[in-house]
Amino acid sequence: MRILVCVSNVPDTTTKITFTNNNTQFNTSGVQFILNPYDEIALARAVELAESTGGSVTVINVGEAATEPTIRKALAVGATDAVRVNASPPDAWFVAVQIAEYIKKNPFDLILTGRESIDYNGSKVAGMLGELLDIPSVSIIKKIDVNGNEAMVEREIEGGKEILTIPLPLVAGCAEGVTEPKIPNMRGIMSARTKPLVVVEPVALEINSTIIGYETPAPRGQVKLVNSDNPEQLIELLHTEARVI
Amino acid sequence: MSVLVYAENAGGNFKKSTFEVISYARAIADQNNATLTALSIGEVDGNELKILALYGADKIITVPNEKLKNFVNQAYASVIAQVAESEAATVVVLSNSFSGRGLAPRIGVKLNAGVIDGAVALPDQADGKFVVKKTVFSGKAFAMVELTSAKKVISLTPNSYQITEAAKPEVIEEFNATLNESDFRAVLKEIVQATDKVSLPEAEIIVSGGRGLKGPENWRMLEELADALGAALACSKPVSDAGWRPHSEHVGQTGIAVSPNLYIAVGISGAIQHLAGVSSSKTIVVINKDPDAPFFKVADYGIVGDAFEVVPKLIAAIKNNKATA
Repeated sequence: MRILVCVSNVPDTTTKITFTNNNTQFNTSGVQFILNPYDEIALARAVELAESTGGSVTVINVGEAATEPTIRKALAVGATDAVRVNASPPDAWFVAVQIAEYIKKNPFDLILTGRESIDYNGSKVAGMLGELLDIPSVSIIKKIDVNGNEAMVEREIEGGKEILTIPLPLVAGCAEGVTEPKIPNMRGIMSARTKPLVVVEPVALEINSTIIGYETPAPRGQVKLVNSDNPEQLIELLHTEARVI
Repeated sequence: MSVLVYAENAGGNFKKSTFEVISYARAIADQNNATLTALSIGEVDGNELKILALYGADKIITVPNEKLKNFVNQAYASVIAQVAESEAATVVVLSNSFSGRGLAPRIGVKLNAGVIDGAVALPDQADGKFVVKKTVFSGKAFAMVELTSAKKVISLTPNSYQITEAAKPEVIEEFNATLNESDFRAVLKEIVQATDKVSLPEAEIIVSGGRGLKGPENWRMLEELADALGAALACSKPVSDAGWRPHSEHVGQTGIAVSPNLYIAVGISGAIQHLAGVSSSKTIVVINKDPDAPFFKVADYGIVGDAFEVVPKLIAAIKNNKATA
């Protein structure tokens, strides 16, 4: 089975977010970039599935050369090889089209993404890929198993879950619960240096969304402390002042 | 032009987020002097359908097709795109729900439309532009995104737009969608409902627990607090990582981002990753025995105290308040 995992290079979760150029650009100065946490889950499950079914895992990233440490980390975790589409992606549509173009030339049985990226919080690439390739897509999954040419998938719904069977190929966006992320060991880190990383050039396309500015949330006021012996006062404040209960 | 809204139902009843989405779409239609069509797919009672007119739908469309009884991502996306074409809709609005996240990108590709997922405000259409505000960096910031395509798809973050009544005459029509076998490749085997719990993304009140609760056995206390408030239960990442609570309850940067009216954090210190996912809550209450817990810096109200002493008193106070109300 050939599995493709789409990975994003995102700011570390502890990053303080600031902007430059009159709040039009994300300030990357001093920011450490990591493999998107949800993509880590997708990758770990891909490696498990490849091990149990005898297959390969390719990771793909749309990014400039600066993303290669993140791609190497994915290789260290257990991916077989990697592809980097050499472009700074302006939006999810651009990313999806680039990956779809690669898949059309190099078919895969299973395509995994994270449920969303923790930078732009888009959850669009899985669905766009599904539509571009005319195959099923599931946006947020909590579990995936593969049996022959069919996948069993658990999808999160409000207040519960759905269990689906879907023939391969399919695209699935992985969330927590699918499996535990894997930490690369020394052997993995050493072998990642020599694993193939192919760089391909992007296809040209028209972009339909552009970020024109950023805002940070308004700071909250000072906390109003209530004595622990007097929770009635908190209820009173929530009722009359905040008007939320 | 016209605006199309996908009216999502759960078990035959429209959800609160559907009324938010219709109210939002009505406002976009009014901004543009356009008509608003609401599309319902799946089994919904006729009387339930009429509710959509109450929130401003000029026309309600249903799709009579037994195969569409349960949600199928590909088939539903196809139906929504077909209705959008037939209604000449230039804006399609849906909820950024679990299903909406699967639909919006597929509809976007079908209609050659730009997609904004997780919108939190009405589009700014000054100077002929179309700019939508959405959450980025897991709630640490907002981005203003300009859509330049002729057609646009917007999925709205639950709890981010006020429901507004705008009653219209009830006009209900049927639409015959063309569906292919290949739209039904995903086969639903089972729906597992988690009792009658309130869904986290839509919850108006959330009670959340952290490591300060010391073990899964102590969640009974939080369940009681949640029951007393009609709230949904949530937890921090270390709690779900330890297996005390299911991953589906984890809120924060790498869990579910929530925006309830009231978020009560018990025994959660407030790591930057947790704050990112809850910062858009309207009111935050923190109960923690450590007065230096970072969560107090972003809270509106706080109690410095031992959760095991404070929470039972709080439950009693809520019950007492209800009894005297």
